[in-house]
Amino acid sequence: MPIISSTDLLAILPTAFVVVWACTLLLVDVFAGAGGKRLTPWLAALGLLAALVLSVRGGGLEQTAFNGMLEVDGFSHAINALVLGSGLLAVLLSVDYLRQHGIAKGEYYVMLLFSISGVMLMGAAADLIVVFLSIELLSIPLYILAAFAQPDPKSEEAGLKYFLLGAFAGAFLLYGVALVYGATASTRLSEITAAVAAGLENPIFLLLGAALILIGFGFKVAAAPFHMWTPDVYEGAPTPVTAFMAVGAKVGGFAALLRVFIVAFPSLGADLAPVLIGVVAATLIIGNVAAIAQNNIKRLLAYSSISHAGFILMAFVPYADDAVYRDTLAAALFYLLAFAVTSFGSWAVVMALEKAEGKGLELQDYAGLFRRHPGLAVAMFVFMLSFIGVPPTLGFAGKFYLFRAVLEGGYVGLAVLGVLTSLVSAYYYLRVVVVMFMQDGKPQAQASPLLNLATAVTAVGTVALFFFSQPLLDWAAGAFLRLF
Amino acid sequence: MVTNLLTDYWPILVLLLVSLGFAGIAMGGGLLLGPRRSSARKQEAYESGMRAIGPGTRQMPVRFYLVAVLFILFDIEVIFFLPWAVVFRQYYENGLGAFILLEMLVFIVILLVGYAYAWKKGALEWE
Repeated sequence: MPIISSTDLLAILPTAFVVVWACTLLLVDVFAGAGGKRLTPWLAALGLLAALVLSVRGGGLEQTAFNGMLEVDGFSHAINALVLGSGLLAVLLSVDYLRQHGIAKGEYYVMLLFSISGVMLMGAAADLIVVFLSIELLSIPLYILAAFAQPDPKSEEAGLKYFLLGAFAGAFLLYGVALVYGATASTRLSEITAAVAAGLENPIFLLLGAALILIGFGFKVAAAPFHMWTPDVYEGAPTPVTAFMAVGAKVGGFAALLRVFIVAFPSLGADLAPVLIGVVAATLIIGNVAAIAQNNIKRLLAYSSISHAGFILMAFVPYADDAVYRDTLAAALFYLLAFAVTSFGSWAVVMALEKAEGKGLELQDYAGLFRRHPGLAVAMFVFMLSFIGVPPTLGFAGKFYLFRAVLEGGYVGLAVLGVLTSLVSAYYYLRVVVVMFMQDGKPQAQASPLLNLATAVTAVGTVALFFFSQPLLDWAAGAFLRLF
Repeated sequence: MVTNLLTDYWPILVLLLVSLGFAGIAMGGGLLLGPRRSSARKQEAYESGMRAIGPGTRQMPVRFYLVAVLFILFDIEVIFFLPWAVVFRQYYENGLGAFILLEMLVFIVILLVGYAYAWKKGALEWE
């Protein structure tokens, strides 16, 4: 008879805290007067900060909780830290933007908190059912957030598109789970491995199931050929939502992808490698080449985020190799961190220049930015360099560790492709820089102290953290998975 | 057990084929043998045998939608009570009555949060 003990609750304390905080915040916001409503963002930030403290304090905890449904280990702690930090940045970016665009509602922050709790659960999910539930917990608030600027038709379109394709991806994932269950008679990751070791009667169903699960995750992390929704959704959604979606949904998707495949499907490594290489190559090429043609900065960054999903997936290709999977895991986590910092920074600059009704989002609106707002232009310059992977930025360290891990796994061709597509990406990132520094124009930025703070923190972080790459990589390498 | 899984589905496949065949024969037979006399009345949209009173894209008060969604929401959540009630006695006899009661209370509290929110937002008021 399954029973939940207090140690189980202690193990997921940060996640439980975020959920309870979100429920409380919902009630506080709806019952508070106009004065109280203004506090909602700050209460949300306070809750995230408290959860981050709880998560860091419990950092050494390693435990199987809820009868094996959840696995609390270094990896889940690292994911918690990543997503809670991202959440704090997202709140910082949202406050003034929502007010300026007349969509400042308390539910926004409640949805953000629920989505974050979903990512936290994904980092710890040790059962395919929990993986599915937490993917829904991550996604459903994001569907709502994407449509948050309604009745703006673009935002509504983004919400609907994201919802339909998310539901579609969920169906793939669930069918994959069903097939895996059919092959191994279990949804528990550890029991799947045990069943595979004991020999399967129908191994083809395991492969089919794993492939369908891969497709489901492919949608979530926006890997080609499942990326088509990304530019439309990223463009239509309110910009702070896009900023969180680009990082939060990716962190969650990759967290579950890495744990599920490394723990449950190491036996399929050789079979899946060609598929994964194909997906990585398609994602890198489509993301980087399509970005060249974009004139809208939100679409450009959307394609850029697709290409970065390709880079992270690159680390995933040798996942079944016992000798290198720890290095690839660390490299993937490090790259996620580098991408998160850089991405939030670049979206903050986009927000500073965005005006009502989607104006100020064309590349040409950035002309002359250096002359008018040198701080913003220099910050954007730093982010573009980091996206390309030029030292001294976090992006360089991320790509360096990534290519090293891929080479260790013996995929030289993949590393070459990564370098070549990075070169292609330099074209469209530097195009932004050229427009900002060398063309004349009259860009108008709204200087909001919070936005400036977020831009400054991420810009300084992008450069400063580069000099702490090794300790950060050690931190990522400490974020190991508990295997069986 | 796992190997039997697929053979267990044979009857379903057979049923599927029979029903497809039956539908095919019935519809194909009607198509081949039946007379076709079209009239303006027959071309109208089918409204349960009633005369159609307007286009199908009329505006509806959005309140119906809201009430329907709330109803479905709480209706589905009540279904989760059922499996809980089935195993309740089992837990109770093993001395875990307090535990399983608490589990359901947590669930109900979460429901209540949503209920209080919907109420306060005015979703339950008709005007």
